[in-house]
Amino acid sequence: MVATAETVDQVQTISGEKYKYGFVTDIESEMAPMGLNEDIVRFISAKKQEPEWLLEYRLKAYRRWLEMPEPKWAKVDFPQIDYQAYHYYAAPKSDDDGPQSLDEVDPKLLETYEKLGIPLREQELLAGVKNVAVDYVFDSVSVATTFKKKLEEVGVIFCPISEALERCPDLVRKYMGSVVPMADNKHACLNAAVFTDGSFVYIPPGVRCPMELSTYFRINEMNTGQFERTLIIADKGSYVSYLEGCTAPMRDENQLHAAVVELIALDDAEIKYSTVQNWYPGDEDGKGGIYNFVTKRGACRGKNSKISWTQVETGSAITWKYPSCILQGDNSVGEFYSIAITNNAQQADTGTKMIHIGKNTTSRIISKGISAGKSDQTYRGLVKISPKAVDARNYTQCDSLLIGDKCGAHTVPYIESRNKGAIVEHEATTSTISEDQLFYLRQRGIPEEAAVALVVNGFCREVLQQLPMEFAVEAQKLVGISLEGSVG
Amino acid sequence: MLEIKDLHATVGGTEILKGLSLTIEPGEIHAIMGPNGSGKSTLSYVLAGREGYEVTGGRIIYEGEDLTQLNPEERAGKGIFLAFQYPVEIPGVPNSTFLKEAVNAVRRYNGEKELDAIKFMKMLRGKTKELDMSDEMLKRAVNVGFSGGEKKRNEVLQMAVLEPKLAILDETDSGLDIDALKIVADGVNALRSPERSSLVITHYQRLLDYIVPDKVHVLANGKIQRTGGKELAHELEKNGYADFVGEAA
Repeated sequence: MVATAETVDQVQTISGEKYKYGFVTDIESEMAPMGLNEDIVRFISAKKQEPEWLLEYRLKAYRRWLEMPEPKWAKVDFPQIDYQAYHYYAAPKSDDDGPQSLDEVDPKLLETYEKLGIPLREQELLAGVKNVAVDYVFDSVSVATTFKKKLEEVGVIFCPISEALERCPDLVRKYMGSVVPMADNKHACLNAAVFTDGSFVYIPPGVRCPMELSTYFRINEMNTGQFERTLIIADKGSYVSYLEGCTAPMRDENQLHAAVVELIALDDAEIKYSTVQNWYPGDEDGKGGIYNFVTKRGACRGKNSKISWTQVETGSAITWKYPSCILQGDNSVGEFYSIAITNNAQQADTGTKMIHIGKNTTSRIISKGISAGKSDQTYRGLVKISPKAVDARNYTQCDSLLIGDKCGAHTVPYIESRNKGAIVEHEATTSTISEDQLFYLRQRGIPEEAAVALVVNGFCREVLQQLPMEFAVEAQKLVGISLEGSVG
Repeated sequence: MLEIKDLHATVGGTEILKGLSLTIEPGEIHAIMGPNGSGKSTLSYVLAGREGYEVTGGRIIYEGEDLTQLNPEERAGKGIFLAFQYPVEIPGVPNSTFLKEAVNAVRRYNGEKELDAIKFMKMLRGKTKELDMSDEMLKRAVNVGFSGGEKKRNEVLQMAVLEPKLAILDETDSGLDIDALKIVADGVNALRSPERSSLVITHYQRLLDYIVPDKVHVLANGKIQRTGGKELAHELEKNGYADFVGEAA
């Protein structure tokens, strides 16, 4: 409640900044040559000194990828991607030997994080209210991991996935690709071939992870695709909350981001996964910006398990993203809370899939879409009830808010129920910010843009409340910033 | 405080105010009464600066400054408050958040330090207590699911919190039972001071039993037809507006 007000205050102070994170860090990168072929895949694997099975996995994926068609069903429009125009590996050169401590981290890198507002140093983290361990991903290589020790004490493994391959190769091998199959879709398949880094999390049985885990992804190098891969395993009776924030510098070119996130919750385990996505959205005319083609999926493998996705999507030129839950375990619960904001020429096609397999499984979908400028967005969701999913329940609510008369909002819910006892509910609304509301707020002294931010924050409240506190504040700020210039 | 001279205003190309003049001195409470369609609400919107309400002639001087050059939030910053006839719902925004936003926006506008959450809540609780309102109302989304009476009380609460120099009440009494009417009246009376003024727009004399005006104006056909003391209200109650409508036509 208070956060909302303070946030809007903060929006005031930062209004005028268009894209705050649009700076480029000038450090020498070690890059793979431009383009994609088997040699590049081998190059990446060799760079990361990977085991043979993983190289084989990558190569197999690459060959499958060549054959796969582009997914065409989303309501987004963009020119054919030239996959040969990207670099598929970029590591900051100064990081070649791997920094042992923060002192060894390139100061420019630290500067970048400072600009991003990430408190990298542990003491800063400790000094602040935040109790967050952060695995920083700078382009393709994890730079520094904080709080690792504290986590190790309780047996939590939180490290770059490349490191996990050394520390716990069996876990990686067992679970990687088990939720998102290699050839699930062309973007995920590309990731399987060329993924560079990302986070790995393992929570042992019965452990409640003592802090929020967080990864800040950032694309820096020009023409770099970022293909991180995240794998989170919550063993029996464990709990973890994971936060992911994304920003990228301003570029004229379209950068490609094709990530894969896999979550696995065993018996009685719970995973809460929150994303604040603020990739560069392109300019007002739609030049530049990130193509955010992400495959996120969680499997509630065990009974009584729960996976909850919360996303705040404000950035990217194009968002193509459907964080989903496969509810295999009996009594398992899947949740999807989403805010998607598109302004100017942004396009978003986002939603979720809830696949009910186990008995007495429950899913809840709350989607809030805000379109402004000449942007276009679609909620696309699938609720599937299998014949064995006795007493399955779903509740879906999709609300769209339109700002201006040149934007679009579309809702495409698919419901496939093969069990007569299932209860599936879908509610949808479409509304606009009314002139009455704006005048009312302005008459009370609240300037127009802050008034819009207030109305939109109110519209999104149900979802914002799902975010961990430190993210909620950032998210509320973003709501205001991303709608700047949408009125008046 | 407020000087309106020969004001002409149009809405959607139709002239509604046709040479309205009115002067309110600091500390005064003025009532404007008039039949439906006489331009009462138009006057309040013009004073608040609502888009679509175009001033085509005359002037509005507020504390020595031409008001028509300012946007709605600037006018609010300068202490003009409009209690709405139909308060607007803002779903998902708690009343207290909205009020804090408003108070701090006005403070910022005037170069004052913003109130932090603790100071603000303390001030707010004091106001709800004065007005005999429940704190529960602060947690609810702005006007959402409020009864007609609650909405009007909420307007009074906002007025009490913002402490305007010029409060304009646009038929705030319409649809209120006697208890709610008293709350509205108490709100206005509480603000009464040598520096503050109120403009009470009403259709009925009833409210003026509780808010005793210094002057009563009859507005019909976009013009002030007659000005008098509070006894004028009683006369109107008895005879209706027929005379004035006839006069102008």
